[in-house]
Order: sequence, then C-alpha cells, then structure tokens
Amino acid sequence: MRFSENWLRELIQLPVDHAGLIEQFNLLGLEVDTSEPAAPEFNGVVVAEIKELEQHPDADRLRVCKVDAGQPELLQIVCGAPNAAVGLKAPLALVGAVLPGGLKINKGKLRGVDSFGMLCSEAELGLAESADGLLALDQDASVGKDIRAHLDLDDHVIEIDLTPNRGDCLGMLGLARECAAANSLIYKPTRTRPVKPVIKDALPVTLEAPEACPRYCGRVVRNIDPGARTPLWMVEKLRRGGIRAINPVVDITNYVMLELGQPMHAFDMRKLDGGIRVRMAEPQEKLTLLDEAVLELDADSLVIADEKHALALAGVMGGIDSGVENDTSDIFFESAYFAPATIMGRARQYGLHTDSSHRFERGVDPQQQRRAIERATELLLAIAGGEPGPVIDIKETGSLPKKAAVQLRAVTIKRILGCEYSNKEVETLLEGMGCEVKRKKDSWHIQPPSYRFDLNIEVDMIEELARMRGYDRIPRRIPAVIPRHPDVSESRLPMDRITSILIDNGYQEVVNYSFIDPGLQYAINPDVKSLQLTNPISADLSIMRSSLLGSLLTTASYNVNRQQKRLSIFETGNGYCLQGDQVAEQALLAGLRYGPRTLENWQSEDTEVDFFDVKGDIELLLAAGGNNRAIRFVSDTHPALHPGQSARIDYHDKTIGWVGAVHPEIIRKLDLGQGAYVFELELSALLSSVAPVFNTISRYPAIRRDYSFEIDQNIQWEQVRTCIQKVAPEYLTEVILFDIYTGKGVTPGRKSYAIGLILQEISRTLTDGEIESATTEILAALTENLGVTLRE
Amino acid sequence: MAEAIEMLEKQALSEAESAADLNALDEVRVRYLGKKGQITAQLKQLGQMDASERKAAGQQINRIKQALQVLLESRKQELERTAIDAQLASEKIDITLPGRNSELGGLHPVTRTLRRIESIFEQLGFEVAEGPEIEDEYYNFEALNIPVHHPARAMHDTFYFDNRKLLRTHTSPVQIRVMESQAPPYRIIAPGRVYRCDSDMTHTPMFHQVEGLLVDANISMADLIGTLDVFLQVYFERDDLKTRYRPSYFPFTEPSAEVDVQCVKCMGKGCRVCKETGWLEILGCGMVHPAVFKFVEVDSEQYSGYAFGMGVERLAMLLYGVNDIRLYFENDMRFLKQFR
Repeated sequence: MRFSENWLRELIQLPVDHAGLIEQFNLLGLEVDTSEPAAPEFNGVVVAEIKELEQHPDADRLRVCKVDAGQPELLQIVCGAPNAAVGLKAPLALVGAVLPGGLKINKGKLRGVDSFGMLCSEAELGLAESADGLLALDQDASVGKDIRAHLDLDDHVIEIDLTPNRGDCLGMLGLARECAAANSLIYKPTRTRPVKPVIKDALPVTLEAPEACPRYCGRVVRNIDPGARTPLWMVEKLRRGGIRAINPVVDITNYVMLELGQPMHAFDMRKLDGGIRVRMAEPQEKLTLLDEAVLELDADSLVIADEKHALALAGVMGGIDSGVENDTSDIFFESAYFAPATIMGRARQYGLHTDSSHRFERGVDPQQQRRAIERATELLLAIAGGEPGPVIDIKETGSLPKKAAVQLRAVTIKRILGCEYSNKEVETLLEGMGCEVKRKKDSWHIQPPSYRFDLNIEVDMIEELARMRGYDRIPRRIPAVIPRHPDVSESRLPMDRITSILIDNGYQEVVNYSFIDPGLQYAINPDVKSLQLTNPISADLSIMRSSLLGSLLTTASYNVNRQQKRLSIFETGNGYCLQGDQVAEQALLAGLRYGPRTLENWQSEDTEVDFFDVKGDIELLLAAGGNNRAIRFVSDTHPALHPGQSARIDYHDKTIGWVGAVHPEIIRKLDLGQGAYVFELELSALLSSVAPVFNTISRYPAIRRDYSFEIDQNIQWEQVRTCIQKVAPEYLTEVILFDIYTGKGVTPGRKSYAIGLILQEISRTLTDGEIESATTEILAALTENLGVTLRE
Repeated sequence: MAEAIEMLEKQALSEAESAADLNALDEVRVRYLGKKGQITAQLKQLGQMDASERKAAGQQINRIKQALQVLLESRKQELERTAIDAQLASEKIDITLPGRNSELGGLHPVTRTLRRIESIFEQLGFEVAEGPEIEDEYYNFEALNIPVHHPARAMHDTFYFDNRKLLRTHTSPVQIRVMESQAPPYRIIAPGRVYRCDSDMTHTPMFHQVEGLLVDANISMADLIGTLDVFLQVYFERDDLKTRYRPSYFPFTEPSAEVDVQCVKCMGKGCRVCKETGWLEILGCGMVHPAVFKFVEVDSEQYSGYAFGMGVERLAMLLYGVNDIRLYFENDMRFLKQFR
C-alpha cells in the first residue's frame, strides 16, 4: 500500500512527526518498506497564468508569452511547449529558482528574445518521467502561489509492505483507524452523505452466484461532461498512491479504492445490453480484458455480465468492450463484495494481479459498498456533473460473511503472552480496534468489526492486545532447560567426526545447489530416474541431482578456470531420484581431489594425486567407525569413472559407494586438463560405528617371514590376500605387501610381489615346525591357485 | 737408555697433542700403548734389565705411560667435543622455511554457521530434527494453515514437480512431521536446505533455514522472546545486543512477530547494511496457531508453544561481513578458504 502521508494527516490529526509515524507503523506490524519525498527538492516555482502569447520572430517552435506570476508587472517568458495558450495556468520557475537536479534558472535570451524564467512541465518538476507539454494547473489555482504549497508537494510517499491478513489497511480509512488506535485517539471518519437521485434509471441486477458475490451495488449516472478534467489534487493523490490518472470516471473509482479500500468499476452505459448478471462463466466463454488479453474462462470464474456477454472478470479486471472512454457520458458504477475464496487464485491462475484482486482476495469490508458508491457519485458530480439514478443495492444476506463473536479468557491471555492485562485495558484496546466488547466474569464476549477478516479466534484477540500495548512490553523469560535423553552411542559417529577427518586432511567443504544440468546428470547416472522441476530457474538447473559428483566436478571446473591448481573438496547433501513412483532422498558424502598431492613446497615431490590417495582417505573415514574390516573395494565399472581405475565399495553385502578416477571423457568435456579422483558414499554407512572389542595381547614374540614371488600381471592383490587367508592358521596375524616390482628380472606379463607374513600365538611361542608348516601350506596354495613362482 | 725413553715420551706426547681427530688419536694410542705398542714394548723389555736399573726404568716408563694416558683421555674429550660441535654446525637448518605439513581444509561458512546455531540451541535443550526436502502440499502448506490460493502462498515462490510434489519452501514442515509422530512436549530445531523459485542479486534459489519449535504446558510469548534474546546475544557475542519484536503475520503462528536486532555493523546508528534504519530483520516467529495444533491433533487448551525460523545465509553474512549471498554457492576456493 503506497500513499501520501499528508492525505493521512488530512484524515486524522496525528501527534507524531514523520519519523515517529514510520516507527509507529513498524511497531503496529505495518512494515514500512520505503518512504520517499513526494517531489524532489526545488524552489522558486509559482502558479502563473499566460496572459498574452505571440509567435517568436526567429523560431517556429517558440512562443513569447506575457505571464502573470502575481507580480506587479507581467513577465516575458519564451516557451516551446505546444499547449501554451492564453488563459493556461502553469508552473513558472522564476529567475533564481532551482529546479530538481540543481538546474538554476537565470534571465536568458532565446534567439534574441529575453526570457525571465521558465514555464514547466510535470517532468521538469520531477513529478513524472516524461511530459508532452506544460503542467496545466486547475483554473482556480491562485496566481503567484508557491507551487509546492499549491500541489502540497512537501509530503512523503510511504509504502507499507502489508501482510496478507491486513486487507483492511489497503485504504486510507483503515490506516487512519490504526493510527488513531496507536495514538489513543478516536477516529470518526467523515460521513459520506447520500446523493439524491435525480433520474429514475436503474439496471436490474441478479446475483446468480450468491456465495461468490453476496452483495452488489450499482448506480446509473447520465449526462456527465466528457470533457471534464480530473482535478490536480486528485491526480497527485493517485500519483502518490502509485496510480496514473486516466479520466475522471476511472480516476474516481481508483480514488475511492485508495480512500476506502473498496475496489470499484465503471461501465459505459452505451455498451450494456439489458441488466447485470453476476454469474459463473459459461463453458468456453471468452472475455477480452482492458489490457487486450483474451481469456478463455474457467467454469469457476465469476463474471459480471449483461444479458448477452461477460463484461468483466469479477473483482479482477474489466473487459475492453464495456469500459469507459473519453466520450462516455452515461456510466454505471459498480461497488460489490466478492468473497475472497472466489478471487483467490483466480487472478494468479490467469496471470493477473490487480489492485482490485489484491484487495478482494484479502477481504473487503462487506458493509461499505453503498458508502463507496455514494462517495464516488459525490466526487463525480463535483468534477464532471451528471444526473445520478438511485443506488441499486442487491444483497443475499445469508451468504454475506458473518463475524462470529469470539470468547476471550483472561487465563488464555496470561497463558499465551506470559503477562496480564487489566479488564479495563483489554476493553479499551479492543474497543479501540472497533470491536464490541462485553465482559462476563473472567472472560469477554467480543464482536469484531466487519472489516477485520483476521479477527476470528481467541488468539487473534490476544495478538491485538499484544500489538496495541506493544510487543516490547512482553516480559522476557527463558524456559527451564529440561535434560534431554542423552544421545551417546558406540554405534553411531557424530557427523563432526567425519567432517573433521576430511578437513584435517585438507578437504574444503563446498555447498552446491541441489539442482543440476541434466546433461551432466545423465553422464554420471544414466540409468537413474531423475526428478524434473516443472518451473526451474534455468535449463542447467532443471533436475534434482542423483549424485553429488556432478556438483563437485562443476565446482572443480569453476575453480580450475580461476587458476586453482590443487583441489581437495567434499560435500554432504541428498541425492534424489524416483524409485517407481516414490521419491527417494538419500544423504550422501562425496569428495574430489585434483592436482599435486601436496602443496607446492621447497621440498615437494611434485607427484599428482592418484587413486590410492583417495582410497586412503576413504579408509580413514571407515576406520573412524571401526568399519574398515567389513568394507571391500571391488573392481567394477561406473559411467562416470575410468573403467580401469574404479571400485565399488561394499559394506558387508551392500554397495555403499564408489571411488575412482573420473572418466577421461568427462575430464575432457569439463576441460579439467588432467585427472580428478572422486568418491561418493552413503552417509549412513559412514556414520555407523562398531564398538571396539578387546583381544588379549600376546606376551610371546611375533615371527616374520618374508617371501618374494612372481605372479600373473592381471591377478589382484585382493585375490592373493584371500588365498593366503583361506589356508592360513589362526596364528597368521597379518599379511604385509611391502613391494611390487615389474621390469628387469621379472618375466614379461608377470609382476613381483614381496610379502611379509606375521605369525604369533596368544598363549605360547610358536615352534619352528609350526612356522614351517604354515608357510609351506600358504606358498603351496598360492602356487596351486594363482600360479605363483618363488623368486630367489 | 733413559734418553731414548725421553725421546719416546716427547714423541708420543707430541703425536697425541697433534692428532687431528679421534681416529688419529686412537692410532697414537695403539702405536704406543697397544699390544705391540712402543711403550708396551719398553715395559716388556724391563724383565731383561738389571735389577738395579729395572726399578728406575720401570718407574720412568710407567710415568710416561700414565702421562700419555692422561693426555690421550683429555685429547679424546676435546676431540669428541670438536666432533659434536662440527656435527651440530653441519646440521644447522633454516628453521624459517615453511613446515612440510599439508594444509587444513575447512567447513563451508553456511555449515559453520549452522553448527554454531545448533550448538547454541542444543545447550538450551533443543534436539535436532530432520525432514525431507521434497515435500507435498500438505506438509509444506496445508497443515501449516496455508490453504490453496491463500495469498501467503504467493510469498513462497515454490518449485514444483510433476507429481504434485514440491521442494520445501521453508523448514516448517518438519514441525508438522515431528508433532504428528510424537507426543508433546516438543523441543526441536530443524536445520536444512530450502528452496524458492527466485534468483537475483539478493536471492538464491536454494538457501538454508533453521526452524525451532517448543511446545509444552504453559509456554508463552515471554518464553519465546526470552529464548531468542539469549540466542541472538550468544550468536552475536554481545550481551547488550538490543532486539525489537514487531507484529507480523505467518499463517501458522498467532501472535506472530518479526525480530530485528540492532545493526551489528553500525550499532544502531544507521548505515548501508541496515538501510539507515539501525535495525536488521533477522527472523520470524510466533506462537503456534491453534489450527496447526488441530492438524497434528495436539490439544491447544492443554499445550501452547512457539515456533521460529531463521535464514542461515543472512546470519552468516552479518557475522562474517559477507556482502553477496550468491558467493555462498559459487564455491570459489578464494572465498571458502577465508573461513578456515
């Protein structure tokens, strides 16, 4: 709601200055969004009248005027405005005036003719963006008067960001009521006197959808002066309310809307065919709106129609075919009550949001339609004359909103606000809000006013009490801290433990959007059914990510393009997909490493990060929960990963993630220049933990036997380890792989492994025989199953 | 004979004196005192001497032997000291060179702020609750007393999916899920990602909120204001931080309030951060609306409670002086590394 502060002050005498008023609005819950001067700084401009006008001798487009500016002598002003004419009253910047932007007016010569000032347009006074001529002032403007006083420009335009519950404040009347209550004043709005009809003309009005429109007022006014102009005081109030003046009839409906909060509409009588029907739209019915948009109406749209056609989308916008034009002399005013539920959503459904729909969907006082129409008639007669007919006021009382009385209990006030109110204070504050209040022992019976759509239940009243006394007077109390059931377990790691391991190992956390480029998603998870947004911000953020890897790769690319040579990043977040019809969200943790293994240093080794760095990081994460023994890295392929450098990570028998080199194809597409290594794991698996179990420490020495053997290049270490473990006695406590070698001295196609076997018994020293038989058996199994040959 | 021995003495002592290192010194010892050493040889010859000469010669040789031993010992200590000094000198390093340890990573500033908020509320007895980000109309709107077509829905630019699902526009649905699944009292906070279909200088389509809910017998607005005051004072680390509670409107609370804190940049004097008002709008809150209690079947005559919601990015911006919300999601390392 935008409005002129001076207008408000015309309605009610306020004991606060501008800053105080802003503060009051804020503390009333009517949040002031902006407050700006109604006009920029300027001075030395007065009302002047053009008395004589002559063509400039040397310029076709200039005229030489003699102007009365209230001074003893007429002033000679050279002017180029097309609307300059004898008798026109317009603002004159006198010599010495300073116009907006600091333009100083001096005595000047235009093509050889002296000019003692400048006649001004709205634009030159900063009242409009552009103008095509002088600002034509009302004929009754008194010559010589300062224009700022004449147009009441020392004013502020205040814009309040109203919450949707306060439809009652979408008019000056409502704001004045609030200000009065805040200042303990009694506000008596000026009574609108009924305008006596002078003609009998009326239109029959039928309410065919009384739930949607339970009240409709109308009035015929004939023979208005189509040439009448809207007075500048009204134009200015509209302008400060954010509405552009169009013609007197439309301006008056807008003015009444700003004043009373009641949206109105005016039809051109020439275009109406029979009576008014307020009905639901018919199948396939079409309507061309004022903005020339053609609507195909839904069956649940309420329209104003005559006997033949829909004329307007009720409460939202009028139709182009029935609107008032510049030559209209007979009109039909509409002032109706449309139920919020009827208007809600309708405007948005059609992509329309108007001043009218904005008010109706929040609730317009169902008791002021007649008053609004009387006010509009009164203004119309004053501005454009005309002969009013009788007010048509059709009501379906049963469908009008009825405000139920609310019971307010003293005990609930205390319970909700934590403080008490005296009986008198309750009554004064609520009566100040327009409620009827009846006390009954420790409670009250309260009848809220018809314009307050937000006062329906007990807590609504309590909010009013808190609001009007001021939230700052609510006491402060801290609820006692109740000890929680302690959440300490050996079976679950705190999230901080996991992130700390990563951070301490150089990983930087990143946070990416949950939406991703579909192309990248399909490159990573081609088989996943992705969730598609119907209204994405942009095409490259149009589906929900099923994996965090795409986001990490995007982040890597972004940073590599900004001269970052080394990256260790991780992210936690959900992966989203459709499983059948069900939406699945799963918490994931993913990491990426890129570039040199260590920071560039005076001693750095200059080696790039590889698979085993990232694998080592995962092993650290899994070790934190004691889970590393239950984890297996299994050779497997993933669309995003290099097929020769990727592993599926299994926890017991469940796959919990992947690790590997990013597929060179993706590296190329993202222009990363070199390999990146990534992993992604289900967070729940990382956070699960097993409690340590104590094992006796052996007091007897451990024996180590080292062997070096050749084995086929394609056999994996895991196969060797499993083979050893299968035949090993219990006292084989550890197998260490301490060297891998290929090249000179090793058969081509084979590699050399050097392993250490650690043997130890808990309760005694192992005999040479036991050691011999165990190692022989192990080596035999390796030879038999994996074709191992021992080296010298 | 005695002269020859004197010569030997002179020679041995001078050699011991001039030995350059421990090896040379040991060679001197072997040469004179070893099994085949010259002094040892002299001692062996004593037996062949006359008894009359033997005593004097024996005394002389033993004296020389002792003198040499003393000298060798002192020279040994001296040379050892020199050797250590030399080792120490040769092993001197430039301790101003950078250490070899790799760099520390860091939390994203939003996570860092979330942790901070969570830990404050955990110490006030709140528990962390979570809920899905892909919600339906019921949890995100209806059960929060925002019926279809309600103008309040226009304030939430919602992302939708085909199947009538949506991305939650706030963390408030978690309130409903918690109240629906457990019996009161409730004392939870719900941190997480939320989404609005809005992207410009001051809005990102995804951001983070922390929702709070406390429901018990006799919980009032005084408890709400008291709790939030403590939170804000601790969060901004200022015991004298001024707060302002303004009436506002949320369909799921009544009474509702917006909370302003005194601008932490200018201390309330007015600056660009607070748009010259001296105040910063920081969170929304209120008393749980009876209609919400009705949806989750909690008796609003027996229980009352408060709820609040805050934007994490904004809180982080104010604490760390970040001036553009979009920086959080660009993930530029030059930005993120500032929060280590």
